[in-house]
Amino acid sequence: MKLKLRIWRQESSGCKGRMVEYEVDNISENSSFLEMMDLLNEDLVSEGKEAVAFDHDCREGICGSCSLTINGIPHGPQKATTACQLHMRHFDDGQTISIEPWNARPFPVIKDLVVNRSAFDKIIQSGGYISVRAGSAQDANAIPIPKQDADFAMDAAACIGCGACVAACKNASAMLFTSAKVSQLNTLPQGKPEKDRRVLNMVKTMDQAGFGNCTNYGECEAVCPKEISLDMIAKMNRDYAVASVKNFFGTVA
Amino acid sequence: MSSKSCICISSLQKKFLMAITGVLLFGFVIVHMLGNLQVFLGPDAINLYAYKLHSLPAFVMWGARLSLLLMVGVHILMAVKLTIENKKSRPREYDNEGTVQASYSSRTMPMTGLIVLSFIIFHILHYTSRVVPGMEYDDKIPSYSLEFEDGSVKQVFDVYAMIVEGFSNYFVSFFYILSMGLLCMHLSHGLSSMFQTLGLRNKVWRPRLNNVARATALFIFIGFAAIPISVFSGVLHHNDSNTYSSLNSVNDVQNDNITSEGTQ
Amino acid sequence: MKLDSKIPDGPISDKWKNHKFALKLVNPANKRKYNIIVVGSGLAGGSCAASLGELGYNVQCFCYQDSARRAHSIAAQGGINSAKNYQNDGDSAYRLFYDTVKGGDFRSREANVHRLAEVSENIIDQCVAQGVPFAREYGGLLANRSFGGAQVSRTFYARGQTGQQLLLGAYSSLSKQVSVGTVKMYPRTEMLDIVKENGSAVGIITRDLVTGEIKSWAADCVVLATGGYGTVFNLSTNAIGCNVTATFKAYKKGAGFANPCYTQIHPTCIPQEGEHQSKLTLMSESLRNDGRVWVPKFKEDADKHPSEIAEDRRDYYLERKYPSFGNLAPRDISSRSAKEACDDGRGIGTTGLGVYLDFEDAIKRLGESAIRERYGNLFDMYECITGENAYQRPMRIYPAVHYTMGGLWVDYNLMTTIDGCFALGEANFSDHGANRLGASALMQGLSDGYFVSPYTISGYLADNGVKDPDPESDAFKQAESEVKERISTLMSIKGKKSARHFHVQLGKIMWEYCGMARNEKGLKKALDLIPQLREDFYKDLSVPGSSDSLNNELERAGRVADHLEFGELLCRDALERRESCGGHFREEYQTDEGEAQRDDENFAHAAVWEYKGKDQVPARHQEELQFDNVKLAVRSYK
Repeated sequence: MKLKLRIWRQESSGCKGRMVEYEVDNISENSSFLEMMDLLNEDLVSEGKEAVAFDHDCREGICGSCSLTINGIPHGPQKATTACQLHMRHFDDGQTISIEPWNARPFPVIKDLVVNRSAFDKIIQSGGYISVRAGSAQDANAIPIPKQDADFAMDAAACIGCGACVAACKNASAMLFTSAKVSQLNTLPQGKPEKDRRVLNMVKTMDQAGFGNCTNYGECEAVCPKEISLDMIAKMNRDYAVASVKNFFGTVA
Repeated sequence: MSSKSCICISSLQKKFLMAITGVLLFGFVIVHMLGNLQVFLGPDAINLYAYKLHSLPAFVMWGARLSLLLMVGVHILMAVKLTIENKKSRPREYDNEGTVQASYSSRTMPMTGLIVLSFIIFHILHYTSRVVPGMEYDDKIPSYSLEFEDGSVKQVFDVYAMIVEGFSNYFVSFFYILSMGLLCMHLSHGLSSMFQTLGLRNKVWRPRLNNVARATALFIFIGFAAIPISVFSGVLHHNDSNTYSSLNSVNDVQNDNITSEGTQ
Repeated sequence: MKLDSKIPDGPISDKWKNHKFALKLVNPANKRKYNIIVVGSGLAGGSCAASLGELGYNVQCFCYQDSARRAHSIAAQGGINSAKNYQNDGDSAYRLFYDTVKGGDFRSREANVHRLAEVSENIIDQCVAQGVPFAREYGGLLANRSFGGAQVSRTFYARGQTGQQLLLGAYSSLSKQVSVGTVKMYPRTEMLDIVKENGSAVGIITRDLVTGEIKSWAADCVVLATGGYGTVFNLSTNAIGCNVTATFKAYKKGAGFANPCYTQIHPTCIPQEGEHQSKLTLMSESLRNDGRVWVPKFKEDADKHPSEIAEDRRDYYLERKYPSFGNLAPRDISSRSAKEACDDGRGIGTTGLGVYLDFEDAIKRLGESAIRERYGNLFDMYECITGENAYQRPMRIYPAVHYTMGGLWVDYNLMTTIDGCFALGEANFSDHGANRLGASALMQGLSDGYFVSPYTISGYLADNGVKDPDPESDAFKQAESEVKERISTLMSIKGKKSARHFHVQLGKIMWEYCGMARNEKGLKKALDLIPQLREDFYKDLSVPGSSDSLNNELERAGRVADHLEFGELLCRDALERRESCGGHFREEYQTDEGEAQRDDENFAHAAVWEYKGKDQVPARHQEELQFDNVKLAVRSYK
């Protein structure tokens, strides 16, 4: 396959970025999107030009590193697929493909297609955990958890923290990410004691990081490689409403 | 903890305000529509309804008006705040901005909201204050003799005639129907969003409530749009038993306006 | 090099209990005075950093990824073993211990393995309490499955994402400690050297991958939890960023490297498609429960569409060779059989390196919907990658490097031969012997991090007191300048070829001569070729850009440079181990039936390599392994 690529190049966070055109040839349709990028980079390097920087690691759709917006859609056109698992057979020979980094103020570009997603870590640090010291846990089967709850928690926990939800949202909202963690932990009995505090703090951190507000577009859900559902956001909204009322009356645990 | 937190409200609280004011305004719209639909029961019914409404104690009347104004104000204020923040969070468009599943109505909320707002202003000036130039109905429409159950008769403002009169104007009707269409769009996303924002739905109820929202929005559109359409199709017309000496001349003036504008 | 394993006295079931009591404690008020460096934030590193933070130590945790949550532990699919015996099917810590030692082909240290089995129960408790959403039954209790041919159901799982869920559990604990301030997290930071003073590890040198800044970090001890070295083969199921650098630098500073030749080749991966390929994707082993493995009986059929090959022209080789285990033969055995078939010219696919995993019979027997129910997500993943529908056409699979049992030699306290330098998880060599059983890697990582290292590290700190090393001292200065020099060497070659190019070449050599089956001639050839490649590397490498900003090419070049030296060590170890065991198969040492032949008389030991300097042959030391509880026996799967 022969392809025309339009790629966002940016020296560093302070510099201005721009789209640069490249051409690649002899791309196997069995190669993954990132392998296509590898070949482009190999060509660039052999010419002594600087390679296009992009985040990637596991290349099997689970680590959440890869973060390319392909033709305006985070992770590209395939549903429930990360960029690393997207294969070139889904593109046409001769096609022009635009490749951009996640586009959101809280995710500043570090270089080219690499962005800083540490805002996500901060959100988790503000409450995305259950406080349990190693060694202090009771027997794993001491609290039965209805299968439905466990399954719902697992649906939420499948989030890989890639940030595609933010990148796809026209408001750059991080609601899907935040709500996935809140929903997972607030659903499980182990997470109940910190339920209100968790949701209040995580939303506060999310706001402070500068993410936009949810206007229920649903784009996040559509591009999520793990198909996290908007139901998680509804759950977080519910928990937040309850926690806000409790907070007003000063009864948050 | 920080001193700032008492002034700022969180993103979700803003959205709650949006949702709560939205749903209250939606309640007003429903009641208003049901009131309007009494026009199909004849002049007696709607004029009686209007008379009763206006006979409410002033504090109730103005209390209701002010709360509506407050709700509209909060709804708009939150919308403006949220939109500004959202624009700040996402400064740039993609080279090739794609949309996967966001509905057209969800993406046009500010636009539909703004047009509906301008409609509401016009609507109040037109039918409530009745100060739109050329449409000062208080002067033009003779009072209506309303007969009460106890047999007494009172002279009241003829709302029925005003509706028929008002919607006989093409522009008014067109703007009205268009605005109701946009309101329908606004509500189809707004209502389902309300359930989402207040956390009142889950996997099972999401599709159901989405359908409810769409159906309700459509119902509202049909309910409101039925009136101007009926006026045009002649289903609603001036009651022959009452005579309006001045009406024909008003109609003529308006028709002249239309033809003159049409030829421009 | 002195190898004192420090195995406590007493019966095997009391060793850990006694040892915990014997270890000294640090006064709670003094804990915050100690600084600990943890390199790596996967299951072992993340859980260790979090646990040490909970205890009150000052922890600095480093990872090269942009977040601690992305360490490659995340990719483990199958599950985690624990001797909970919730199924009432006769499991116990002792049975798990026994199975692990036997599964490791009798090349692991009994005391360590028993401790692993003991604490495996606490791990599940800990993870459930953290909110890890393990699979449950309708009654609300935890579900188990049998995995990797185990006779008991002791594997806990969270869909096909167990590793991810466990890692997110550890990451959440770590995040809590970060918010409390006991742990400082340094993502996008790569460790490039370890610093020693008076024979003890006192810190590390790192490169900030964003700014390129080289920095010294001093601490009272250093914990390496940097994973395995599977990427020395270039193509593996490991993440692209996985590397040997941290452990190899420790090796060069005096840590013994044990059994590098033990590499686990996983039998069910999607075969390589072409030169462009950057990694191999694992398909869960569970597929072999219903799939039948075959290749054409005759070479001339190899290029035909599978449906054109008649039943009597197919060779179901695993069923033929191992009638009782059939398609469920252990990993090492089925991998080797696939290689034999392909070497025979009967491999399928464009490269001829592949065998079929056929579900036709299972679909006939159970119906497509039943298969879809069991393996739907795997079939989808297969289709996503290959574009083929495995319900209609057999899957193509081939073995790929998956896990490395070898690693830094550690004593019972998980300390390497460098005083004050600990190694946890896949980075050490201790628990899996020559072959790792399915669902045991996650168990080991978390056991080391949550339940072993917090005790043993505290013991070490209590013994040694606050060292408070100075990051401005000569030792740090020198290490820093060495690191800078290495980087400038790489930057200044200005050749024509990318680091990836050399990585691919190295991978080819390793896979060809030190892959699934090894022999003396091949290994010697590899030992010849690798230095040549290394020479080319330092002549023709190209690293465009600068070293003081984000530079993916420079990162890779540094890692490949270490692999180019480490690969040699791996081959040397494989050459010296003149027996076949577990993940190490030497063609010269096999039974008449072609099975692995162990040599317990001469090789029941861990081989530990000591670095002797540049271009010097490293020294081979031995830790003799004693088997007091488990009887040495031949593994047979006939």
